[in-house]
Amino acid sequence: MTDGLIPPGKYFMQGNIACAEAALIAGCRFFAGYPITPSNEIAQWMSYRLPQVGGHFIQMEDEIASIMAIIGASNAGVKSMTATSGPGFSLMQENIGFGMMIETPCVIVNVQRGGPSTGIPTLVGQGDMMQARWGSHGDYEAIAYVPNSVQEFFDLTIKAFNAAEEYRQPVIVLADQTIGHMYGPLVVPPHEEIKIVNRKLPNVPPGVPDFKPFDAKYEVAPMALAGMGYRIHVTGLTHDEKGYPYYTHEVSTWCVKHLVSKIRNNAEKIWEVERFTLDDADIVVITYGITSRPAYQAVKVARSEGIKAGMLRLITVWPFPEEVVRKVSEQAKVILVPEINMGQMIHPIREVAECLVIGLSWAPGAVQTPDVILDAIRSVSR
Amino acid sequence: MPKEVLATKHPDDELIRADRIPHIWCPGCGIGIVMKCYVEAIKRSGIPPERHVVVSGIGCSSRLPGYMNIDSYHTTHGRAIPFAVGMNIVKPDLEITVIAGDGDLVTIGGNHFIHAIRRNHNFNVVLVNNFTYGMTGGQYGATTPIGSKMSTAPYGMIEYSFNLPLLVASLGAPFVARWTTLHIRQLTDAILKAMKVNGFAFIEVVSPCPTQYGEDNNFPTGMDMMKYFREACVVEHEADLRKVDIDLRPGKPLIVGNFVHIEKPSYNDMDRKLIEIAMKGRKPYG
Ligand SMILES: Cc1ncc(C[n+]2csc(CCOP(=O)(O)OP(=O)(O)O)c2C)c(N)n1
Ligand code: SF4
Repeated sequence: MTDGLIPPGKYFMQGNIACAEAALIAGCRFFAGYPITPSNEIAQWMSYRLPQVGGHFIQMEDEIASIMAIIGASNAGVKSMTATSGPGFSLMQENIGFGMMIETPCVIVNVQRGGPSTGIPTLVGQGDMMQARWGSHGDYEAIAYVPNSVQEFFDLTIKAFNAAEEYRQPVIVLADQTIGHMYGPLVVPPHEEIKIVNRKLPNVPPGVPDFKPFDAKYEVAPMALAGMGYRIHVTGLTHDEKGYPYYTHEVSTWCVKHLVSKIRNNAEKIWEVERFTLDDADIVVITYGITSRPAYQAVKVARSEGIKAGMLRLITVWPFPEEVVRKVSEQAKVILVPEINMGQMIHPIREVAECLVIGLSWAPGAVQTPDVILDAIRSVSR
Repeated sequence: MPKEVLATKHPDDELIRADRIPHIWCPGCGIGIVMKCYVEAIKRSGIPPERHVVVSGIGCSSRLPGYMNIDSYHTTHGRAIPFAVGMNIVKPDLEITVIAGDGDLVTIGGNHFIHAIRRNHNFNVVLVNNFTYGMTGGQYGATTPIGSKMSTAPYGMIEYSFNLPLLVASLGAPFVARWTTLHIRQLTDAILKAMKVNGFAFIEVVSPCPTQYGEDNNFPTGMDMMKYFREACVVEHEADLRKVDIDLRPGKPLIVGNFVHIEKPSYNDMDRKLIEIAMKGRKPYG
C-alpha cells in the first residue's frame, strides 16, 4: 500500500506525468490551472490522480486566478501547485510577486514553448529564463530548476516543493516542451528514501501577545496559517515583522532585504550543477535543460577528436550559480552558451566569467542538433 | 481632580486592531460603517473569531481587513476572489468573507467574480459600491452611473453600468442582497445571513465616497449621500431584478432588499463527493 501514491519501481513515462506524480509524492494536495499546451498533461493527470489521494483539483478561469488560488490554498496549509507555459506564465507574474512578498510556498511549473506571444505552442523554447528571474515587478530572488530528462523532471519537482517549504516562497520548475512530452525511464525510489520538507509552523501557542508572523529573528519565519488562531494580517504592501503595512524607507529596507537575503545567504545550498569532462577543459559549453543533451553529445565527439572540451550544466538557474561559473571560467579560454532563445542565460554568465563568452542563439521550434554545437566547438578550438 | 475613566476598552476591541487606528478613510466615507456591520455579524454568528477570515483586493474598501483582528489577507487588485477560492476549497470550515470595492471585484476582477458565482464557492462577498475608484482618484469604473463627472470622464460618463443584483442572480447565486450604509441593521442581518448560506452569498453595499465621487456629483459630503439614501431607498425583497438599476437622478428610487435566498449544493459539496468516488476506486496505484 502506498496510500495511492506511485509505488517505488521502474517506469517508462511521459515527463509531464512524472512531474505530476512527483508533486503527489512531495505532498501536493491542491492544483489550480488553466489549459495550455504543452503543459496540459500535468493538469489532466492531476485532475485524475489528486482526488484519489484526497486532494483537490480545480480548473480556473485563467492563469491569474490559478496562481492566486494556489497562494490562497497554501496560506491554509496545503501544498499547492500550478502548471502552465509562456502566455500563462506571463499572466501569473504580478501574483508570483505577491507570493514572494507574503512568503507563500507554492510551485509553478512552466513547460516552455516557443515565443514570443502565442509563438509555437507545440514546439520547444527556452525563452522564459529571464522572466522566471525578474518577471514580476520589484526585488526578489527567484528559485528555478531546469530538468533535462523525465527522471530529473520528477526529482526537481520534489526539490521545488522542498525549497518552497524551506524558504517560504514560490519556486519555479522551468521545463520545456521536449522534456514535458518526452517518454523516458523513471525510477521511483522507496518513498522513505525521498526527502520531503514541510514548512515550519509557529512554536508558540495562538494568543501570545505581539505575535509576529514575519518575525525578523528568523531567516525564514515559521508560517502561521489561516484558522490556526494567530489572527494575522498579511498584505502585499511593504510590511514589518507584524505584517502591518508601513510606507517608510526603513521598513522597506528591512522588508526587501529580508526577501532577497534569505535566498542569497543560502544560494550555495540551492545551487546544483552537473560537470562533464571539465577538469582540463579550455572550451566549456555552459548549458541547461534540453539543450544539454545535444551539447553532451557534441562535447563527447570533440573529446574524441582531441579537443579539450567540457560541459557545465546548470540545474539550478536561479539563484544563478555564479561562483561555480566563475571558477570554471578561470581555466577556460572560451565559454559557449547554446540556448533556445536569442541570448538570455548568456548575460549572467558574462557578468561573472573571466574568459571570452560566445552565445549560440537558436530560434524556438527545434532543439539544436549536436552538429551545431560541435561545429562551434571546432571553430573556437582552431 | 483626576478624570473618571468610564471605559478602558471598546466592546469591539476583541475584533478590531486598535493598534492600527486611526484608519486611512476620509470623513464621511461609508467603509467604516461596513466594517462595523461585519464586526457585529461576526459577534452574532456564533462562529469563533478564529474561524473567520477576511480577504480583500486593493483599494480603499480593501484596506478594511487591515483593521480587523482576525486572520486577514490583503491581496492584489481584483484577485481576492481566486485567493478565497483556493483557501475555501482546501479548508471548507473557514468562514471566509471577501470585502472589496466595486472597481476591484467587478471591473478588474469581473472574470473571477462571475466564475466564482457560477461554481457556487462557499464564501461571502461584500462589495462596497461607491461608484468609483476611490483610492486612485475618482476614475470611472463598471459601476459608475451614466452621466457622472469623473476624473477620467470630465465630459460625463458615457458607458452603461452593471446592474449587479441582476448579474449575480442570473449566475445562480443562492444569496443576493443590496443595502446601503444607512441600513446598518439590515446590512448586519444580511451579512449574518450570508455567513449561514451554503454557497456564494453576495451583498452590494452602496456607500458614500464624498472625496472622489460626491464632490463632483452633487453629494459633496457623506451626509448628502446618506440623506439621498433615506429619501430614495425602497425596500423590495421581491423586486424584479431587471428594474433595480442604480439611477441617482432625483425622483428615481434606489431599490434595496434581500433579493434572492435559495438553497443549492456548493462547490465544496460537489468536490467532497468527487473525492469520495475517486478514493474508493483507487487506480492505477493502490
Ligand atoms: C493591477 C493593478 N492595477 C491598478 C492598480 C491601482 N489601483 C489601486 S486601487 C484601484 C481602484 C480601487 O477602486 P475600488 O476597488 O472601487 O475601491 P475603492 O478605493 O473605491 O474602495 C486601482 C485601480 C493596482 N493596484 N493594481
Ligand atoms: S476616497 Fe472615497 S472611498 Fe476612499 S476613503 Fe475617501 S471617501 Fe472613502
